[in-house]
Formats: sequence, structure tokens, C-alpha cells
Amino acid sequence: MNLEFGRLALVFLFAIIPAVGIALGINSPGLRARIPLLVAFFAGAIPIISLYVPKKFLSGPTGMSPRLDQWLIIVYAFAILLGVVNVVQNSTRKIARRESGWPFSIVLLLGLFATGGAGIYGAISHHGITSLPDGTATPFKWIQDQFFQPLQSTIFALLAFFMASAAFRAFRARNAEATILLFAGGLVMAGRVPLLEFLAVPFPPLQPAAAGASQALGKLTEWIMDTPNGAAQSGIIIGAALGAASMAIRVILGIERGYLGLGRGE
Amino acid sequence: MPHIPGIETWIAALLTLACMSFLYKDNPFFRFAESLFAGISLGYFIGITLNQTLVPNLILPLHRDFGQNWDLLVPGLLGVLLYMRYVPKIGWISRFALSIYVAYYIGLDFTRRIHGEVLPQLARAIVPLSKFDSHTILYSLIFSVGVFSVLIYFFFSKEQDAVTRRVARLGIWFLMISFGAAFGFTVMGRVALLIGRLNFLILDWIYPMIGLR
Repeated sequence: MNLEFGRLALVFLFAIIPAVGIALGINSPGLRARIPLLVAFFAGAIPIISLYVPKKFLSGPTGMSPRLDQWLIIVYAFAILLGVVNVVQNSTRKIARRESGWPFSIVLLLGLFATGGAGIYGAISHHGITSLPDGTATPFKWIQDQFFQPLQSTIFALLAFFMASAAFRAFRARNAEATILLFAGGLVMAGRVPLLEFLAVPFPPLQPAAAGASQALGKLTEWIMDTPNGAAQSGIIIGAALGAASMAIRVILGIERGYLGLGRGE
Repeated sequence: MPHIPGIETWIAALLTLACMSFLYKDNPFFRFAESLFAGISLGYFIGITLNQTLVPNLILPLHRDFGQNWDLLVPGLLGVLLYMRYVPKIGWISRFALSIYVAYYIGLDFTRRIHGEVLPQLARAIVPLSKFDSHTILYSLIFSVGVFSVLIYFFFSKEQDAVTRRVARLGIWFLMISFGAAFGFTVMGRVALLIGRLNFLILDWIYPMIGLR
């Protein structure tokens, strides 16, 4: 049995301390909030310390930080499935109460159970979700190809129409900012397709000039994407990253508790 | 010679038309397609999570070499603890799993943000301005001014005076260029998807039926 120090430390911090916390919390409601915050401090500190303290038990290939990462991928999977439970609860409630549109909840649940069932079958049968041993598609892959992908593409494609109507409202040169937005959007759209060549097709003498202009438009688009757009993106990224870093410190130190459903004083 | 496409093509085509019917107005066909899409999407994530996350990271390692991977039982139990929130009396137990999960990823994100985003982006903005040629003005100078003015716009800790207000206005212009470019890019992507769906309807569904393919 592998009893490396890093692993034992992880088990102590994230299994034994929580177990003690649960046992104590049953009789002492005050500890129900404090011990999770203590555990959160350790969990948040490990990746930061492992970056600056090059010890094998912390940041080595089987050290605490990589192993905790592997652990939490598993917790992530359970967290994703938590959302599914929520949807099933809401839909069954809607059907039981015959609320408006309840037949569509039945459709939703049918789609969920058929696809999810095909996925579970793939895991249990060890065939996976792509192809069967004879090379044919698994039921999961068939549903993915025939239902999921067409629906996904069409739902996203519908956005083209809504964006066109949004553009009609937003892209009006009412002031300097809106005019800049209009020009940048228009140039990027025109620069990504051979628009000028297409327009010059009925006029052969204009075609070489159109090709040159199209190339220049492409370069201008590239400059917009790299320089002004790149600068704005850098500013946004730096600002957001600094904000996220300060929020991380608040969570690790237990100042920010909202994610646990706790108020300031709890 | 005309031939009727297979059931797969019919399903995909009818679902595509049901989705597109929303362009006329909200109707039962669209709501059917929408609900089916929501259900199938959730089922899809169940399949993907189970087969690509839980099986390779939890079930197989425990099954193949329990001695080396015994500690993976802990995240399995932590995952189960998340579901305690559905039992009101002991819902607080789920806080342990949630606190570990959120705090670890936020700690990891802290290091990644500082090393992977703040420092490289600052380094990108620090460019040589020693030569005053067209390239320096068109690329380096505009880039540096853009980053600086956008950061001034996002600086809310102190009230802006006449100078910083003007710099922040310049920052807004840079942001507008960025939003316009992002909008243009997204429109192009969505139109490409629309063309793909229309191609499917016309080339794979209608043309075979009228014998054109």
C-alpha cells in the first residue's frame, strides 16, 4: 500500500479533519462553519505553497498538489452530476403539478434518460461511448450525431438572426463610442471574407484593384485584432486577473464565505 | 434518381426545421426541440463525465491497483458528501467537499492568473520605444497607450480628475474597438454555423429527394 508522506498528509487534511469536523458539528452548530473554513485554508494554500516551495512531497509528480488535483477532478464529476439531480427534481415537480408546459418536461426527461442511459451503458459494458468492437457507433454516439450536434448547431446558428437584429440597434452611429464599435465590427466582418472580389465579379476591369483593396482590408483587420483589440484585451485580462487574485486571497483567508452559503457573521 | 434519405437525416432535418421555426414565433415545435436539446445535453454530460472522468480517474485506478490508489476513496466520499445538501438536516456536511473544491481551484487560479496572465500581459505591454519609426507608432506605442488607458478606465479606487477622465475616455474607445471586433468575429462564426445547417438541409435532405444528388 502506498503510504507516501504527501498522500497521508492529504488524507489527514481532507478526510480526517472533515470527519472530526462532522462529528463535532453534530453537537456544536458553531463548528459547522469554522472547520470547513479551516479545511478551505489548507486546500487553497497547497497549490500556492507548492509553487514556491520545491519539495517533492508538495510539488513532485506524486506530491500533494498534483494528487489533490487528481482528487478534485473526481469531486468535479460529482459536482456536475449534482446539476442533473436539480433538473430532474424541477422537471418531475412540474409534471406532478401539471404546470404550464409540463409535456415539454417529459420530453426533457426522456432526452436526459435516453442519452444518460446510453452513457451509463457505455461505462458498464466497457465499450466506452464512441464505437462498439465491430466498428459501429455506440447508442451514445448515435444520439450525439443525430440529435445533439444538429440541435446544438441550429440553436447557435439561430443566434445569427438575433445578433443581426441586435446589431441593427447597437450599430447606430449615435456618438463617438458607438461609431467606433460600428467601424471595428464592420471592418472585421468585411476583412474576413473576400467581399470586394465578390462585388467586382460583374466588372472584370475592376477585379485587380478589388483584389488589392481586399488584401489591404485583410491587413487592416489583422492590425485591429493585434493592436487596439490586443491592447484592450490585455487591459481587461490584467484587471480581471488582479480582481480574481484578490478574491482568491479573501476565500483562502475565510473572509469571503458566500460560496458556502454563510453570511459575514456566521 | 430520387431516393429517400435515411432516418438519421430525417431526424436531424426535422429537428433543424423545428429550431428554425422560432424565427416565425414561439411555437410547440420549437419548445419540443428546445426541451429535447436541454435533456440530451444533460444526458450527454452524464455520459462524458462518467466515461471520461469517473471511470479513468476513479473506478479503473481503484479496480486495477488498489494499493497504489487507495487514497482515491477520499475524493469519492467527498463527491458523495456534495449530495448531502438534499437532506436538509445534515445539509451543512456538504460544505466540507465544497470548501475543499472551491478553495483548491481558487488557489490554483491565483498562481495561474499571476504567472500566466498578469505578468505576461504586462511584459507584452512594455515595448521598446527608442526608435520613432512607423512600426513603433503603429504597433508598440498604440498598444502601450491602449493597455494603460484601459487600466485607468478600470481603476475605481480613486475619483477621476480631468486628466484621468480623458485617459479613461481613450480607454473606452479601445474597449469599443475590441467589442466591435469580438462582435464581428462572433457574427462570422454564427453565420458559418447557419450556412452549415442550410447546406445540410439542401444538399443532404432536399437534393437527394428530388434526385439532384
